[in-house]
Amino acid sequence: MADKKRAFDVTTLPGFTAIAIMAFVLLYAPIITLVIYSFNGGNSVSQWGGFSLQWYVVAWNNEAVQDATARSLIIAVWAAVISTTVATMAALGTTRRGRFKGQTVIYVIINQPLMVPEIVTAVALPIFFSSVKVATGYSGLGYLILAHSAFCIPFAYLPIKARLEGMDTTMETAAADLYATPWQTFRYVTLPLLLPGVIAGAMLAFIISLDNVIITEFVKSAGQDTLPTYMLGQLRRALTPEVNAISTALLALTVLILTVFFFVTKKRD
Amino acid sequence: MSGRSKGATGWLLSAPALILLVLAASGPLLIVAVYSVLEKGDYSGVRWILSGDGWFNVLFQRDIFDQTVGLADANLSIFWRSVKLSIATTIITFAFGLPTAWFIATRPAKSRAIWLFLITIPFWTNLLIRTFAIMEVIRNQGLLNTFLIWTGAISEPIQILYTDTAVLIGMAYVYLPLMVLPLYAAIDRFDFRLIEAGYDLYASRWQVLRGVILPIIRPGIVAGSILVFIPSLGAYVTPRVLGGGKNMMIGNFIELQFGQGQNWPLGAALSTVLLLIVLGSLLVYTRVTSKDDPRG
Repeated sequence: MADKKRAFDVTTLPGFTAIAIMAFVLLYAPIITLVIYSFNGGNSVSQWGGFSLQWYVVAWNNEAVQDATARSLIIAVWAAVISTTVATMAALGTTRRGRFKGQTVIYVIINQPLMVPEIVTAVALPIFFSSVKVATGYSGLGYLILAHSAFCIPFAYLPIKARLEGMDTTMETAAADLYATPWQTFRYVTLPLLLPGVIAGAMLAFIISLDNVIITEFVKSAGQDTLPTYMLGQLRRALTPEVNAISTALLALTVLILTVFFFVTKKRD
Repeated sequence: MSGRSKGATGWLLSAPALILLVLAASGPLLIVAVYSVLEKGDYSGVRWILSGDGWFNVLFQRDIFDQTVGLADANLSIFWRSVKLSIATTIITFAFGLPTAWFIATRPAKSRAIWLFLITIPFWTNLLIRTFAIMEVIRNQGLLNTFLIWTGAISEPIQILYTDTAVLIGMAYVYLPLMVLPLYAAIDRFDFRLIEAGYDLYASRWQVLRGVILPIIRPGIVAGSILVFIPSLGAYVTPRVLGGGKNMMIGNFIELQFGQGQNWPLGAALSTVLLLIVLGSLLVYTRVTSKDDPRG
């Protein structure tokens, strides 16, 4: 079929390729411009003043940025660990054991953060958290970690579930036939096979937490800025390429994680 | 395993996830629903007295002096802007998304993964960063105006930032990947021999597109449109950053009620309206896709 010459390729539609190329250019041009200006020697986000790393140095030495970075990473690591753990359990509970009563309810609740507009959750959460704050006196990062963990669950759940559905059950049956306890079967057979899905899920959860703006902006107490909420605050002021430098660093981290994700999930084919 | 114990294990294993989600995702929705029928507090918050004012104020307002009831024009213009911009965003992303998805799906298997990856990167990139990137392009001294002045097309920069157009450009930009991915998934399953059959029967390219391709990839079109329409309608960051303070959408209007507006019941009622629209769209989606499912 491949070497059969056709009068024209049936898969081409007029103008489609041109529009597609334009779409890719339009998608990347703003991001590339943003990255280029992060290396600007001048202090404008649109006037080029020669190549320099000065804005990375400025951002690096800015205490507010250091604090926000540390906070973002702490929250993202916790949120990734918690959401991946509970999502793995939920995926094991809802996959490969046949349909059971209430399964749809579980799906709806798990996927809720994907469907409900974030702003609605964001305005309602502080109402709940403020009463907990009054009752317990605790005002640490726990609220943000809880909110992020819940929000990240569907992102962790989907790749783990996909992996589980693609795995066949013969290995586990074999382990059980050889008198492995259910725990041993899970620990030495299911989990190692599931691991790529778990890693993929954890990475997506980490990115989602790291990027979250709206819920964080509403739930955070004073002095609990994360990198995105710090940047949102900066956008109101006169912009300097410092914001470009922070954005570029975050962008690089996202691309790095996605590249790893790409290879982790690709291997299974 | 019996049916009952299967279900019990399923629920038990899902319990930790469900508890977290009920605490920090479903619970808040319940708070919103309850607060929408309570009386407004003096400064902020609510009084625990049943009241229809929150819902009343979604569409109407009472004159402070003579108590006459009129339509709340300011609210209506915000709803209209939100719906208008969300529909426009959906149409624009479809116009760009369909050719893009088609282009990716018709690449050879090897390079297809790379094109797909190129769509996925913006999808996973921080929304704020992408909004900020588009802001730098459309600002008065930005790339677009500088370029247009350089070509001589205009002599003065056009004010795009802080207008509805800016919000529209921004939303179309940030949500394009959400349109491309489901369209790609639909086109990827498409049997290209059907096009050949169409041409063999003397259909024009336009007839093939209208009569063969679009009907078959309809679930992808519906999925993409809903994935773009829902977040557009509830958008908060993009209108806040690109629209400035004046060009609010529902999301910003809700925030205003819980903040400076100090009218929590109204904010809660608006949130509930938004939730109901989302629910409605999802119902339409399940309807359309289940009808397309050959298994009925």
